[in-house]
Amino acid sequence: MRDKLYTRREWIRNLCLTALSGSAISLISSCGKEEVEDFLQKHFLEMTREEKEALITRLEARYLKKYGRKFKVSAQEAIPDTLWGYGLDLSRCIGCRRCVYACVEENNSSRLKPQSQWIRVIRLKKGSLVDLENSEHYYNPDLVPEKDFLYMPVQCQHCENPPCVKVCPVHATWKEPDGLVVVDYNWCIGCRYCIAACPYRGRIFNWAEPNVPSDQWNTSVHYLGNRPRMRNVVDKCTYCIQRVRVGRYPACVEACPTGSRKFGNLLDPQSEIRYVIENKRTFRLKEDLRTEPKFYYFFEA
Amino acid sequence: MQALRETLHETWRFYRKTLTLVLTGTREYYLWCLLLLSIMFLGLLFYLPQVYTGLITTNMKDQVVWGLYIANFTYLVGVAAAAVLLVVPAYIYQFGPIKEIVVLGELFAASSIIMALLFVMVDLGRVDRFWHMLPLIGSMNFPNSLLAWDVIVLNIYLVLNLLIPVYLLVKTYYGKEPNRKFIVPLILFSIPMAVAIHTVTAFLYNGLPARPFWNASILAPRFLASAFCSGPAIIIIVFQILREYTFIKLEDRALFKIAELMAYAMFLNLFLLMSEMFKEYYSNTVHIASLKYLYEGLHGKNALVPWIWVGTAMNLIAFVIFLFPAMRKRLSTLNIGCILIIAGVWIEKGPGLVIPGFVPDPLGEIYEYMPNFTELFISFGIWATGLLIFTLLMKVAIPIASGEFSHAKYIEERPASDWQ
Amino acid sequence: MQLVLLVLLLFLMEVPSSSLARQTSEGFPVPPPPFKQGMFPCSNCHASMELNIKKRELRDEHTTIRLNHAETMRWCLDCHAPRNRDRLRLYNGQLVEFNRSYLLCGECHGNILGDWKAGIHGKRQGYFMGGKRTYLLCVHCHDSHSPRSKPIKPEPPPYRPGDKENAR
Repeated sequence: MRDKLYTRREWIRNLCLTALSGSAISLISSCGKEEVEDFLQKHFLEMTREEKEALITRLEARYLKKYGRKFKVSAQEAIPDTLWGYGLDLSRCIGCRRCVYACVEENNSSRLKPQSQWIRVIRLKKGSLVDLENSEHYYNPDLVPEKDFLYMPVQCQHCENPPCVKVCPVHATWKEPDGLVVVDYNWCIGCRYCIAACPYRGRIFNWAEPNVPSDQWNTSVHYLGNRPRMRNVVDKCTYCIQRVRVGRYPACVEACPTGSRKFGNLLDPQSEIRYVIENKRTFRLKEDLRTEPKFYYFFEA
Repeated sequence: MQALRETLHETWRFYRKTLTLVLTGTREYYLWCLLLLSIMFLGLLFYLPQVYTGLITTNMKDQVVWGLYIANFTYLVGVAAAAVLLVVPAYIYQFGPIKEIVVLGELFAASSIIMALLFVMVDLGRVDRFWHMLPLIGSMNFPNSLLAWDVIVLNIYLVLNLLIPVYLLVKTYYGKEPNRKFIVPLILFSIPMAVAIHTVTAFLYNGLPARPFWNASILAPRFLASAFCSGPAIIIIVFQILREYTFIKLEDRALFKIAELMAYAMFLNLFLLMSEMFKEYYSNTVHIASLKYLYEGLHGKNALVPWIWVGTAMNLIAFVIFLFPAMRKRLSTLNIGCILIIAGVWIEKGPGLVIPGFVPDPLGEIYEYMPNFTELFISFGIWATGLLIFTLLMKVAIPIASGEFSHAKYIEERPASDWQ
Repeated sequence: MQLVLLVLLLFLMEVPSSSLARQTSEGFPVPPPPFKQGMFPCSNCHASMELNIKKRELRDEHTTIRLNHAETMRWCLDCHAPRNRDRLRLYNGQLVEFNRSYLLCGECHGNILGDWKAGIHGKRQGYFMGGKRTYLLCVHCHDSHSPRSKPIKPEPPPYRPGDKENAR
């Protein structure tokens, strides 16, 4: 009788103790106040309004301390009845990369070590428009456009069926009601599965703490957008969520010297993007994957 | 109440005894553990800067976001899954000689899973937020994310592979017959679980239409076939070492039986590879780019080409060795075959699977990834951790299995103070 | 009030000309046309000059202007109103202000004018919804006398993944 008790309960207990000692090791870590706050921070979508406000106050104070600049962090929600769509006129894009650098400045992307850019402009041979395998990412002629080439800027396409959202193991990225695919940088665990899943290279990893000169911070930021990121999390183009949710054009649209970039509300028949879809010859990148991007490349009719 | 206290006492005693067993050993044993510990320490020295500076300390970039860590992870999941190859004949066909080593094989599987999980952990950028992935406490994206599936099945498999052998060993220690009604269902359950961990790991890659190299339905079968080569190959080598250095007895017959199963698995593996090659090369669509990069280089970039050809050659030679009973039934050739398979499958399914998936990247860029010292030493550190865990497990399991270490024996020799 | 000022300030930084944008009679908020310093109003000089409608090469003034815009079929006074140089002249003889020059351009480039009105050809800045916005005129990007766009220097390419700028 006693022997029987030994054996059955025994290994259960052995097992429990093994598990306990294992978890104790993982709990040993440095515990500053900020680390604890970060560690315990809830998922953004599960926060109440009050919790979000407290979080923003906390972040603004921290950014002031850390970067010496007074940030204004917004958590503005989606405007009702909006679905943001983008248009890009390939017959006008000259590949000058003004959009790339405007984006970097607007969105507080790391300038160097690592260099982080949300827009990548690729150069393609005329006559083979979607032959991405033969694209050139590092073209650097004296002048653009060049005679035999056309240029295709690619950034997050804000898919209606985003594969990146599907694969994220922790719901750290999701599609907002206005169609923007966003990341909670405080929830991302940095597994980079979303980058593997993205067919457009729309997602960028912060391989280290972003490097932004202190006088170059854009201090008008959105929690789900251009606020300062931390190392080892994924970020991406948000169509400038901090701008479009107050009705402003994204930075790349304003920077484009040829006016190739168009933006608007897909639900508004009067919007610029709806005009593009109705009057121009549009296509979306890798439509065969059925990701349903809300980013329309177009040509003059 | 009395019974509970007695149980606790005995549990504590058992712990103390195993601890003593683990802490005492021969000179070779100490040296071996010391070697593993120093490699682990070295790995830790490289890991800390990776955590505090960021993954910029590795050679992974936005073009190739997974590297050596995930390659090792994939390989080790396969190795762990292969324990089932021992369980099936032992329990279903009642093949005696293998039965003796199943417990050890399962402990090996558990060690492999721990290594696989560690490789995921070091690959995670924010290991501090690991709890976000836990069900209930965190926010697990189940059933959408295959990574969530993988976490679940790997952990179930880990628990099974600790539970079953530990249960059997504790029973043996106390000289009791195991409760078959309890353990046989678990053992049978571990068979589909072994298939599941590797299938889910394959689906992890398979489900990404953005990466045509992985988005081939043949991937899961290929994973299983190659796992059933590499896993047993390692086990054959490990058991020969154990046979050499411990008093465990193991018939050659068991090794040859495993080798026979490996021959079938290798045939299947090569056949599936050939099917994949045919489909890609005959249809020659844009989706061939990654395969071309792997086997012949793309736009002059060919860092993986020598590796994959060496790996493929190793697999082919090993297949020939295992094909002929005369060769697989001779320890010298068997061991050569096993080592060829271990290395060959590692190349094919580690770096040869993970890296080309990212080359060229979705916008056609080619970044030639090669791991740097950080990644190498952290990987060595994890392999050393796994080996150390396995060594310690063996240090207890083998004496129990061989009867050297048992309750009966202990009561005979117990110091008087022990019953106080 | 502060917010308005802030918005205004942001605007000034973003688009230098936007603060001066004025609604045209068609309702387009356009910034002033890009006149060179001291050029406008043209009547400053032309009011006292005698009208010479003969097509000829200009030797004393406007010598830098090279007409490269269907130059064989037109010259200055086809577009600039001969008797009121502060205005442009449409084909039907109607005079329009310089900030409505799109009407003149649209006489030949009707489709493009349609796109421009919809915000597709050309560039709009500021707020597409709610706040202030600016629609650039055709002449902000195209030299009306030589409208073909000139090549420009591109911004530098990204660093390659293996470059030291991407490592620690």
